[in-house]
Formats: sequence, structure tokens, C-alpha cells
Amino acid sequence: MTTESLAIEVEDVTKTYSNGVRAVEGVSFTVRSGTVFGLLGPNGAGKSTIIKILTTLTRPGSGTVRVAGVDVVKEPVLARRVIGCVAQQGGGDPSATSRESLTLQGRLYGLGGRRLRTQVDLLLERFGLGECADRPIRTFSGGMRRRLDVALGLVHEPHVLFLDEPTTGLDPETRTELWAEIFGMAAVGITVVLSTHYLEEVEELADTLAILDRGRIVAMGTPSQLKSEAGGDALRVELVEPPGESKVRKALACVEGVGDIMVAGCGLSARVQRGAVSAPYLVAALESAGVHVVSLTLSAPTIGDVYRQHAGRTLRSVQEAPSR
Amino acid sequence: MREGAAQLYHMTVRDLRSTLRQPTYVVAALVQPMLWLLLFGQLFTPLMETTPGTAATGSYTVFLTPGVVALTAVFASGWSGVVLVTEMEQGLLNRFLVTPVRRWALIAGRLAQQAIVVLAQAVFVLLIGVSCGARFHGGILILLAFLAAMTLCTIAFASLSNALGLITRSHQTVVAIAQFMVLPLAFLSEIFVPREEMPAWMSAVATVNPVNWLVEIGRQSISEDVEWDDVLGRGCGLLAIALASFWLSTLALRVYQRQV
Repeated sequence: MTTESLAIEVEDVTKTYSNGVRAVEGVSFTVRSGTVFGLLGPNGAGKSTIIKILTTLTRPGSGTVRVAGVDVVKEPVLARRVIGCVAQQGGGDPSATSRESLTLQGRLYGLGGRRLRTQVDLLLERFGLGECADRPIRTFSGGMRRRLDVALGLVHEPHVLFLDEPTTGLDPETRTELWAEIFGMAAVGITVVLSTHYLEEVEELADTLAILDRGRIVAMGTPSQLKSEAGGDALRVELVEPPGESKVRKALACVEGVGDIMVAGCGLSARVQRGAVSAPYLVAALESAGVHVVSLTLSAPTIGDVYRQHAGRTLRSVQEAPSR
Repeated sequence: MREGAAQLYHMTVRDLRSTLRQPTYVVAALVQPMLWLLLFGQLFTPLMETTPGTAATGSYTVFLTPGVVALTAVFASGWSGVVLVTEMEQGLLNRFLVTPVRRWALIAGRLAQQAIVVLAQAVFVLLIGVSCGARFHGGILILLAFLAAMTLCTIAFASLSNALGLITRSHQTVVAIAQFMVLPLAFLSEIFVPREEMPAWMSAVATVNPVNWLVEIGRQSISEDVEWDDVLGRGCGLLAIALASFWLSTLALRVYQRQV
């Protein structure tokens, strides 16, 4: 992998606020160009701080950060030209219209004239704001505001777009629309860094994700890598009659990669590496030991399982996304 | 630099547009100094008309006109930081901070907007003064010099107010300190009372009160002969304070960013 194909290089970054809060501790990661990188973690895990460091809003205490090849600490002005940012708070000017906001945003990047006008029109259209382009933002719904926030981050066609909890508080429909937009960005080569506390969101969108807890990265990889490292698939077998537990254990001992065996009534549960491959052997082993099988279900581990394993605390603070 | 100037222009336009979209604010900003001029004028006329300092100007209301211009400038700019704190809370400030906009242009845009608002208020007050009989015998040059000095004073106070907003991030604190500062500074100046009528210690404090420098320049505009040396001296003092305050406000923005 060459340096050119890396949109973001973060090395050993630490940030301690002056009130003594250690928000980020020794975080390192890289993001390839044109991919979606997810930062997952509960509130207060350090996601927003990492995004603020990457977008030059705040400086790291130590460590190096390069975005699109630019050192954000040494050359923040240069870095600002290649990044776009959609902050958690938004940042729409309530008294301005969306057309005015987009135009001003473009001008701050040195754009102007017909090129800017065309770009603003395109974005208004793309984000479904064309009809209310000249209405003050204060009259907008939450979803419309959010769409404008994202459009504002794209006016200058950034190499890297940061989205800090972009779908928090959005209705399921708007959320799905935004997801489609994010897919579209990656497709045209924009690198997207997405922070979220919705498990479903990273699973759906992220090519790579990092799970953060208390300012540290506790796990990192592609969603499928992380899930396969999570100790295999969850297996549930329903049996004809309650078996003897020792009999079951003895039968399954010869099947590779089975663990966490639990028997309760007619039910048998276990964790299986590569469940789809092992299942036939597992059934054969049970049958030949005289334990008759009614049904078998396999379920892949979720990012939630991965999160629980790594972050070592309950998911109560990490909410599941409402179903679409 | 050229890019910074363009950014300053765009930020000023944005700030002005958002001011003009609050009609209540616009009306209040014009009515308030008018009320001051008319009410204070009426109230103090019986007491002040006969003192030598005011008698020379024709009437107390005429005497008061430059003073109310100064009071308006200090009052309006002292509150400037409140708008910034609101924009901080809306995430607007951070949105601008991640763009390549020059940090100084970000603050200067706000100051320019404040200066334009105060200039509009000043012209309005001067017109009302004229309708009450004020004549600016000093000529157009001293009047322009007065408005320039008022702009410097506005920049100074608005910079400090914005710096306070950036550091404390609290509406209440900005408002409390503005209120705490503005009235004493006004009473420790010749806004309401000519220098000769002030107690000795107050007169001494007025000598080092920048608000009073502005009032002194303003008074020259209604007198027959202008003492340009005094005007220049006071003007330079205000310039120095405006520059120092602006520098402080850019430092405050850095302090703010350290705590984002």
C-alpha cells in the first residue's frame, strides 16, 4: 500500500483537555482513499475529539495526523482546503437561506462566479432543497437541516468528508437517504470518516471500522473480519428429547471448533467456528450418538457482539439503531 | 491578504444580513438612542441650561447630542459578544473555523458589522439633534473625524466583548460585564455634564477614560473653533486601544480553539 492511497494517517495521537480529561489516548489508524471509515463507540469515547483533531478545530497533545497527505498540525490552512466537515451540532445559520449559506461557504473556499452558482444549484437539487432554497433555515425540519449540513460540507468538493454522528435524531427514512448519499460519495472517490453510536450504521456503511472506548481503539478491521474474530457463529439446535449433557459433550468433542456448549431442556446452544461448514458434521455426530435433531439455526455474530467483547461494558450506552 | 479581504467582506455581509432580518432589533437600535436624547435632554435641561459649558452650545439637548452618539456606540458594542456566543452554541463558529477563512477576518467581519450598525445609529441621532437645533459649526471634517473616532471606539469595545464571549462562552457573563462597565464609563465622562461641573476626582478619571476622549472629539464638532491637536491626540489614543483590543480578541479565539 503506497502513501498516496492513504487519505488519513493518524499516529499515536493523544489529547488531554486542560481540565484533565484524557479524551484520546494513543490512537493510531489509517484510512484508504475512497473508503468509508467508521468510528464506533459510546458517548464520551473520544469520537468527536478525534474528528475535531482531524479537522483542525483542535490540536492533538502529541502524535501526528496527516489528511490527504497534509500534516494538519503543521499546515492547518492547507488541510482545511481538502476536508469537509459535518459537525454533530450542524452549523446552519438560522436567519440565512440554504442558498445563501451554500454560497457563503463556497466563497470562504475562494470559489465564485458561475462555477459556484452552478455548484450551489446542483447541491440544492441533489439534497432535495431546491424548492426551499430561499427560505430561512429556521423554518426547516431536522431532516432538511441535516441535508443542508451535508451539502455545506461538499461545496468545495473535499477529498475527505467527516461526518460526526450524522444521523442522530433523524427519522428512519431520512437516515436511509443519507446512507445512500454516503455510499455515493465513496463511489466517486471521496473518503468518508463517520462517527456514530449506531451499530447498524457502521455495519451498513463502513469498509473499515474502529471501536473506541474511553479514548482508545479497542478493535479495528473490516466488519466481517471483526465478526469472524468474535469467536464464531451462534448455533442453536432443537432436539427431540432432553439429552444427557455428557453424551452431547462427548459427541461434539470430535467436531472441530465448537465451544461454549450449553444444554437446557430440548435446546442446545454453542459457538461454532465457520458454522456453515461445521453444521453437517455436527448433526452427523449428534445423530450417531443417538441424539436426534429437530432443527438447527446458525446466526453470524453482530457488531454488537464484537463491541460487547472488546469494550467490555454493556451496550446500554450504545444504542441499536431504530429499525427502518 | 487579498483573499482575507474578500473573506472579511463576505463575513460582514452575512452578519449585516442577519442583523437586518431582525426588524425588532433594527427598530429598537434606532429608537433607543432617540429616546435617550429626548428624555435625558428634557430631564436635565432645567438643571443644566444655565451652566457655562452647556449654555455655550445653545441648549442642553444640543450639548447632549455628541454624548448620546458616544453612549450608543459603547452600549451597542459592549453587547456584541452575545451574538458570538449564540453562534457558538449553534455550531456556526465551528463550521467557519474548519473552512480556510482567516481567523482575523472571522472576527473583523463581526466588528465591521457592529461598526456599520453604530454608524447608522449615529447618523440617526445626529439628524435628530439637528432637528432639535444642533448646528455643527466645526464643519464636516471634524464631524467625519468624530465618526471615525466612534468607529475606533466601537471596534475596541466590540473586540473586548467578543473576546469575553470566546473565553467565557456565556451570554450572562458578557451581558453582566457589559452592563457593569458601560454606565460607570458613561458617568465618568462628559457625556451628560461639562467638565467644569464634575467633581475634581471624576474629572481626573475622565482624562484617562477612552469614552471621554470620544466625547471630547464629538464636542468639538458643535463648537466654533476646532482644536485639531486635541482631536489628533485623542484619536491616536483610541486607535491604539482599538488595535490592542482587536489583537486580544484574536488571542481569545485561540484560547477558544484550545478548548473546543
